[in-house]
Amino acid sequence: MAEEILKVEHLDKYYGDWQALHDINFSINKGEVVTLLGPSGSGKSTLIRTLNGLESYRKGTIYFQGKKVDPNPKEWQALRQKIGMVFQSYDLFPNLTVMDNILLAPTKVQGRDKEEVRKEALALLDRVELRKHADSYPRQLSGGQKQRIAIVRALAMHPELMLFDEVTASLDPEMVRGVLKIIKELSDQDHMTMIIVTHEMNFAAKIADKVLFLEKGKILEETPGKQFFDHPQTDRAAEFLNSMDF
Amino acid sequence: MNWTVIQQSLPEFAQGFKLTLWLSFVGIIGAIIVGIISSLSQYFRVPVVGKIVGAYVEIARNTPLLIQLFFLYYAFPVMGIKMAAQTCGIIGLIFLGGAYMAEGFTGGFNGVSKSQLDSGRALGMSDFQLARYIVFPQGFALSMPALAANIIFLIKETSIFSVIAIPELTNTALDLIGMYYQSNEYLFVLVVAYAIILIPLIVFLTWLERRVRYGTFGD
Amino acid sequence: MAHSGINVLFEGTNFARLMGGLWTAVWIAAISLIIGLALGTILGMLRTLHNRVIRFILLMYLEFFRIVPTVVLLFLAYYILPRQFNVNWPATWMAVLAFSLWVSAEFSDIVRGALESIPVHQRESGLALGLNQWQLFRYVLLPQAIRLELPATINLATRVIKTTSLLLMISIMDVINVGQQIIEANNQNYPTGVFWVYGLIFILYFIIDYPLSRWAKHLTAKQKY
Repeated sequence: MAEEILKVEHLDKYYGDWQALHDINFSINKGEVVTLLGPSGSGKSTLIRTLNGLESYRKGTIYFQGKKVDPNPKEWQALRQKIGMVFQSYDLFPNLTVMDNILLAPTKVQGRDKEEVRKEALALLDRVELRKHADSYPRQLSGGQKQRIAIVRALAMHPELMLFDEVTASLDPEMVRGVLKIIKELSDQDHMTMIIVTHEMNFAAKIADKVLFLEKGKILEETPGKQFFDHPQTDRAAEFLNSMDF
Repeated sequence: MNWTVIQQSLPEFAQGFKLTLWLSFVGIIGAIIVGIISSLSQYFRVPVVGKIVGAYVEIARNTPLLIQLFFLYYAFPVMGIKMAAQTCGIIGLIFLGGAYMAEGFTGGFNGVSKSQLDSGRALGMSDFQLARYIVFPQGFALSMPALAANIIFLIKETSIFSVIAIPELTNTALDLIGMYYQSNEYLFVLVVAYAIILIPLIVFLTWLERRVRYGTFGD
Repeated sequence: MAHSGINVLFEGTNFARLMGGLWTAVWIAAISLIIGLALGTILGMLRTLHNRVIRFILLMYLEFFRIVPTVVLLFLAYYILPRQFNVNWPATWMAVLAFSLWVSAEFSDIVRGALESIPVHQRESGLALGLNQWQLFRYVLLPQAIRLELPATINLATRVIKTTSLLLMISIMDVINVGQQIIEANNQNYPTGVFWVYGLIFILYFIIDYPLSRWAKHLTAKQKY
């Protein structure tokens, strides 16, 4: 029996009167990769942000490693140390060097030993082929490099679960591959548990153990990765796949 | 323009010049301190204090310095609080300037992008850590233009001190005009004196603004 | 505090006189704003032209008003015009002149900033539709610029209103000057009158400026989204 990392039950989210998410239910096991697909505005980003406590929800329950999440700021703050997240806009801290960006949270939030984290950070930078940029500032890096650093920054926290919110959406096409390669490696080599929002269908097809297809804030179908791309269960998903470039 | 008149007035203007610089310096330092404390109390929404500070900022920003000074200098003694003119001037400048500085810093803090805060939160930072590592360093850099504008503004506002007979630059010129009627000459010196203070300062602050901006955001 | 010091405000025609003084300040501010905004619009447009000489001269004009405190501007108008140019206007018009030029300088920068912040493609797509320069300005740039510059303009207006407090320095019978006279005239009967008169003037300025600055803030917040 695989260990369940995250489970969502009957989750509803509202912005004012407008309901953004309708009765969301799913779960993800250790080592699994779930991708959230769907047209823009379907609620994918809202959902993934909710899973990191960046958006509040009105009804429903989130379980993390079998424990019910009490949705208060303190609890989320503690949980976020185990749930890493990378955003579309990378958002490295512009006033800190690459190394300081990586060191900040592990040392200040987790109170770990700086030298130990630095060693680990250098190893991670090696993996993403950016070791020589350890002392650079974000302004000296390309978008793709910044995004790789943002991934390293999240990994340095030793997360149990990684959330990727359209991490390649604002990158030039030639930068996209490098970032996706790292995410793929994380799955293949480290068996990292991941939830990914993406528009890169080829990538999703390769990496997804499970696809959640969303439209208008609802999960229309939940299908094993390979099957979704070959035989989607719903017409809407088929239409969606047809409209995307592979 | 009579150069002898100008020359003879220079020692007196030098006194006024020094006083303007000194009062500006003390007032601006005080205003920055009050401004930082005020904007912090608003940023952290300190109960009661935050509200009082909010009211203070609105009152100070929406009334003229001159009437604030008159109140301190003429009306306070009726309530038993008597202060020297220069003390009133400095308190007035800090009262006014503190509110402007508070607005500037608050604007900077609020200007820090939401996605930066999200990424800090996603790393598990507490509200205090977000403030310490993200909001303040970036917010101070963002409030540099306001800070620079306020410094220039406050130095110019010291000219209003002349209404309560503080012998700073403008008061010096008015005194001299009253005594010798050489208004062209004295006003000329007065304008030049402000230019000597403000032009280098404007150049310096513009340079500083760019440096801080580049150092923080890289653009 | 004396029991009835506040009554000094209502003794005789005191209150009406204070209001009259306020009115003087308000109309000087209003006329200066009208003239200053009109002139500033023209100067601001000129500053977006490519002619370097014009841009340099106008920049110097702006910097002059940035450097010289408004009190000093008032004295420059008040002393230099009559003695140097034999212009013998009443002090109120001297004030209007000084304020108008000051407003025009500040506003020219607001207009320039707004015009320059309109994206180039707006200009280009206007031209692509066959608009001429004037039509482009009138129908594309101006409406967008006005929206952008409105908050700064309101803030400038609040500053002009506050600056009318300086009018007494060139002997104009503004609200503060009237207040001083009332205080002196009633000093015997109302020793605490000074508190109430300046208190009232303080509140009057706040009542005029506060709504304006709220409005400006509200507009700025709206433009961010």
